[in-house]
Amino acid sequence: MLPEDKENNLAIEVKSLTKKFNDFTAVNNISFSVDKAEIFAFLGPNGAGKSTTIKILTTLLKPTEGKIRINGFDPVKEQDRVRKSFGIVFQDPSLDDELTAYENMDFHGVLYNLDGDLRKKRIEELLKIVELWDKKDLLVKTFSGGMKRRLEIARGLLHHPKVFFLDEPTLGLDPQTRNQMWSYIVDLNKKEGITVFFTTHYMGEAEKIARRIAIIDHGTIIKLGTAEELKKSTGTNSLEEAFLQLTGHKIREEHSSPLDKMRQRRRMFHR
Amino acid sequence: MKAIYILWLRQIKRYLRSRSRLIGSLGQPILFLVALGFGFGPIYKRAGGGNYINFLAPGIIAQGVLFTAIFSGIELIWDRQFGFLKETLVAPVSRFEIMLGKTLGGATIAAMQGIIIFFLSLLVGFRPANIIMLPLAFLFMFVVALFFTGVGTAIASTLEDFHGFQMIMNFLVMPLFFLSGALFPLNDLPKLIDTLSRLNPLTYGVDGLRASLVGISHFGFAVDMAVLSILSLAILSIGSYLFSKIQI
Repeated sequence: MLPEDKENNLAIEVKSLTKKFNDFTAVNNISFSVDKAEIFAFLGPNGAGKSTTIKILTTLLKPTEGKIRINGFDPVKEQDRVRKSFGIVFQDPSLDDELTAYENMDFHGVLYNLDGDLRKKRIEELLKIVELWDKKDLLVKTFSGGMKRRLEIARGLLHHPKVFFLDEPTLGLDPQTRNQMWSYIVDLNKKEGITVFFTTHYMGEAEKIARRIAIIDHGTIIKLGTAEELKKSTGTNSLEEAFLQLTGHKIREEHSSPLDKMRQRRRMFHR
Repeated sequence: MKAIYILWLRQIKRYLRSRSRLIGSLGQPILFLVALGFGFGPIYKRAGGGNYINFLAPGIIAQGVLFTAIFSGIELIWDRQFGFLKETLVAPVSRFEIMLGKTLGGATIAAMQGIIIFFLSLLVGFRPANIIMLPLAFLFMFVVALFFTGVGTAIASTLEDFHGFQMIMNFLVMPLFFLSGALFPLNDLPKLIDTLSRLNPLTYGVDGLRASLVGISHFGFAVDMAVLSILSLAILSIGSYLFSKIQI
């Protein structure tokens, strides 16, 4: 525990982080930091280690090695303080379909120990921001993909997190919804100074939204900098070209886990 | 405490909202009650056993509780696959509280299911011996429910998907039911069946229910309650250990 960490200006600090699953190294000795109120993007092909890193930062997985601070707290030793200080939108939907939008929010508020009146006020405020207040009593299973995402964003912000993690938040959303979603988040970042850490496949999104971008592949960070810097250092004209030059053109085969199969089946059912 | 309550409440709301599941899960116990009850009734009577429906009903109630409890526990796989579990795991709440809330919710549902089957069995002709003992019978339903929801949760904590599910049905749930004395009296059984049923936790649930509902008992309800309570505590400890090991 380094006392100076709490006073400095970093929302996320990662030093020599490694995560191994048996023989497989998912994340290999990465270091980076994110300033308070910064918007930071992780860009990488499938299986690059993006989601694993997010899981470690958000206490879902334990690192094999390395030192991490989230808002000055250690996710391994100070789990609850870390958990209170961030909000997250997961890659897969994580709402309870059998509950209403309001109940999903309320459930979250109780888990994060928000008091009754404050909770009600905050839920109303957020549901109004994401334009779901008039649908608050509908079961989530009647919602479209975009509505679910908006609800998840509102839910992730309910407990006033200082850092907001978004793991491929725009996957499968149409451009309109994506645009609208980012405008909420950028707005929030400007008004409340919330730090945003997101992963994505969409170059345009990273370039437009993030102040700095880390390109990650095979578990290591290949390049880190602003979009301009990345383009300049690779001598390319677009972020996409820079990305392909850094990570190669080969298509990545990801091993299909039971989870992926379930995901596919679920998508089939929901179409 | 609040976290446990809200997790419990979530289970109850889901249960009350899925009418089809509620009604569907009553089909099997009713079939058993009617087919076995009326089918074996005459032979059972001729053999000097008395009213078979009265003997069978506590067993079928226990069966309904068993099935619902195991399923409620196993539903954890669903939460895990479809992401909702992650939402609870990143919350500032201990894993033990999450496990306990979910298990208590599942157990409450299973006990409610038992109570519904009890009322349905009245329609088929079941008559409890002593109304005053009903609260004790409900308590037994809850303890049986708690134990088997714990079993379901513990198993689900170690499974990643539903592939093992059929195996659990065939090699765990069905044998538990058939070897519990739910369908036949435990007297004068062949040695093997006798031993197996004594090792079967559900046996004590069936026996306790029969003791409180119709006043017939093999072990006595104090023994039944003691066995089930100890086993429930044990399975909750095992379950919370396994649950704490879940990696997403």
